[in-house]
Amino acid sequence: MDLSNLNPFSSSDHRETGHLKMDKPDTSRRLDEMQQGVISKSLNRPDGPLKVSGTARYAAEAEADDMATGVLVGAIIPKGRVVSIDEDAAMKMPGVLGVFHGKKLLRNPAQGTANQAPIQPDGEVSYMGQPVALVVAESFEQARDAAITLAITYEEDDDGVFDPKIAEKEKPDGKQIDQGDFDAAMRDAAATVDSRYTTPVQSSAPMEPHASVAQWNGDQLTLHGSYQMLNYNKNELADSLGIDVKNVRILAPYVGGGFGSKLGIAPEAVAAALAAKALERPVRVAMSRRTVFETTMRRSETSQRVQLAADKTGKLLGLAHHASVSNLPDEGFTEPVAAATHFLYGGGSRRFTYEVARLNRSCAGSVRAPGEAVGMLALESAMDELAHELDIDPIELRVRNMPEKHPESDIPYSARNFEDCLRQGAKRFGWADRRPVPASRREGDWWIGVGVAGAARSNILGESKALVTLNADGTALVETDMTDIGTGTYTILAQIAAEMLGLPLEKVTVSLGDSELPEGPGSGGSWGAQSSGSSVYLACEAIRTKVAKALGCAAEDLTLKDGIATGGNNRKPLADLLDGPIAQEGHIEPGATMENFDQAGYGAHFAEVAVNAITGETRVRRMLGVFAAGRILNAQTARSQCHGGMIWGIGGALHEELHHDTRDGHMVNGDLAEYHVPVNLDVPQLDVLFIHQRDDHANPIQAKGIGELGISGAGAAITNAIFNATGVRVRDYPATLDKILPYLPD
Amino acid sequence: MANSPRPIAMIETTLTINGTRHEVNADPRTTLLDALRHHLGLHGTKKGCDHGQCGACTVMVDGERINSCLALACMHDGDEITTVEGLGQPGNLSPMQDAFVRHDGYQCGYCTPGQVVSATAMLGEAKRGWPSFVSDDLDTDVALTTQEISERMSGNLCRCSAYPGIVNAILDADGQQPEGEAGAEIVNLVLEGAQ
Repeated sequence: MDLSNLNPFSSSDHRETGHLKMDKPDTSRRLDEMQQGVISKSLNRPDGPLKVSGTARYAAEAEADDMATGVLVGAIIPKGRVVSIDEDAAMKMPGVLGVFHGKKLLRNPAQGTANQAPIQPDGEVSYMGQPVALVVAESFEQARDAAITLAITYEEDDDGVFDPKIAEKEKPDGKQIDQGDFDAAMRDAAATVDSRYTTPVQSSAPMEPHASVAQWNGDQLTLHGSYQMLNYNKNELADSLGIDVKNVRILAPYVGGGFGSKLGIAPEAVAAALAAKALERPVRVAMSRRTVFETTMRRSETSQRVQLAADKTGKLLGLAHHASVSNLPDEGFTEPVAAATHFLYGGGSRRFTYEVARLNRSCAGSVRAPGEAVGMLALESAMDELAHELDIDPIELRVRNMPEKHPESDIPYSARNFEDCLRQGAKRFGWADRRPVPASRREGDWWIGVGVAGAARSNILGESKALVTLNADGTALVETDMTDIGTGTYTILAQIAAEMLGLPLEKVTVSLGDSELPEGPGSGGSWGAQSSGSSVYLACEAIRTKVAKALGCAAEDLTLKDGIATGGNNRKPLADLLDGPIAQEGHIEPGATMENFDQAGYGAHFAEVAVNAITGETRVRRMLGVFAAGRILNAQTARSQCHGGMIWGIGGALHEELHHDTRDGHMVNGDLAEYHVPVNLDVPQLDVLFIHQRDDHANPIQAKGIGELGISGAGAAITNAIFNATGVRVRDYPATLDKILPYLPD
Repeated sequence: MANSPRPIAMIETTLTINGTRHEVNADPRTTLLDALRHHLGLHGTKKGCDHGQCGACTVMVDGERINSCLALACMHDGDEITTVEGLGQPGNLSPMQDAFVRHDGYQCGYCTPGQVVSATAMLGEAKRGWPSFVSDDLDTDVALTTQEISERMSGNLCRCSAYPGIVNAILDADGQQPEGEAGAEIVNLVLEGAQ
């Protein structure tokens, strides 16, 4: 696309109105013209002192007089229905106030952005652990005791389906693609890969268990909840309860991790609200850790077949990605395994198939980077297999297969820099020292190897509003219902406002996590920073226009720095210039640039591993991630997000595996001792590099999502390094020692 | 199922928390963690698993770190307890708390009080010469290398995975030079190859 024909100011109405629909690229890159010098800097989080001192309040910590405590009771059958609950016996126990069940309890959380109630099964049971009752008592200890002893009679069905290997599969419409003649491509290729990979069930396992405190004032419900997307959650909660959304307020100023598991309203919120209404008292329900595992979203296990057909130079002629996943009956979410495979590499003939098993297992939904996190483990391993087969450097192979345009939709890419990520990373990591022949480097008892993998994650702009108020005293307030789930929203929104309004960071206050504030995009899909940030930017642009008018200069000529406005021949402190506060709402909407350009963040992962020759244990010795994700809004918080993604990559590659018993679907290891998230000693110091990039097609602040980019492909760099170290190709994740030890070289 | 009504037997416990004496009259099943959070309004100590598997509830009892979810409050009658609130408050952070802020040793912040308390106590353990799984020698002084720190902090899970920042914060608070770029002020922004 020829950008020279586009007047960057053609849609400059937004400087008056604060509203922009992203129909054209915004090449003005206004943030680069600002003078305050806080954007992109490694500034510490303003909420940090609250977090390190235990002062930040999370959902279960809301206090109210006369608070009662509820404990959820999970089904002990995998399929069937509740016939009766012995409420009388429970009510005789000390302190018990009520037992709640019935039509409104949720089977499982709402899927991300559902915006309506999830299934409310009225006692029908679809999986073991499904919440079937809430016991409320004066104290937690009493409620827990009554919940454990609550007598429930079930009618159990004998047709439960528990094993994805033998379950019948659905083939969802619209997800099957057959382009060109893929069979011919495989037949005619100089080299092919045809490999099957499996990934196990995984869990988000955020450190804060899901919790809600519900309190009614007449018809008005206030819910302190641990949720990621209040703009959707309020509608889901209202719909679940059958009340008007105007009567629902959700507060989530601090959220103790989400990773997808807190996208949609969950059973504890609805149960707490029902109990609080009936008892006319505030009710707190915090899930136990096992309940978190059993009743919030899991990442589906996957069985994947990747087929690659290449000519002798490594150029792909054909590519296929087949995925088999699972979910509960009547759930619309299908793990989008091949999400990145569609756009990352070329190959004219392409085939994609999906099949879904309907299982009586806990609900499958979004877990950090749904699709890419598991799909790229297979794709990027297959690319490594092809490179080995053809004796081509894995970086060169990837570079040779970067398509000019999207290989399926034929639309152009926005800013990519994928090759830069690989090349810069190779230089920084010392890739040139790699020994291409596997099992050729040994240090004592350890086989040493290195691996590389690409990273890619689609970029999304979500509709978002934010209210910004500039006060005459040189302070500013940013207000939106957006959340900060550890991602750094408080910090980066303050930085954007401070940069645009010319204020020191500490003069900007950011208020988040209140559903009564202007609707942001919510935290999910890595769209939070660029969407919410764009609405803050637009509000600030509108404020700048007003300040410029007050100063008597054009908006383009206005400089704001350290609370002083300069423009034309005038220079005035804001205090002298403004009569009172200026409040403006910013509003960003996605538009044609999201349809007409393929937008994604890109990256490259490099890993060095040591595999023990005696035990087969793998240790990650060092890891580098190089990322191109548009404008980096805060280098420190962005780096922490990348660290998180890369460490999840270590977990996915080496540790994490949630087991369901194939006889009855019960979750075997739903706790933090047996579900192995990476611990401190599993992680070396990590290196992160950002490629300087501005994506004009993405949004007016040229930033892209980063929270999920860091995990995409990360684990494949580790298993590729294991292959380089030992010659053992692990295709069944995680690469535990039992899958390596029998095949180690002598 | 037989459910005979039982009287609510309460138990009086005296706890000295962050130097202040508290009387707690609670159900004997109340954990030290729940006593802090729900009887004394000290929410800084977090409940992550309630099973001693995550470390979010770490407090110090008479100077040594424990998982407060695994202790009944009544077992600590008369004990001196230090929680994260006792280490420092905004405007007056302890060196460890301040280092966590400067090294971004957290993200969501939920495991953070446990990490900070655990790290603070861990420095004391190392000074007293307690060896760990990765110590080469059980009898010599402990050199707090990154590996020693990582091992000694592996009982505190962080799902946001802020481990590199946590290690650097502890190195900093221990008077050592942080490692790698996680201790650096600015991340490299490569200018070549820009689009």
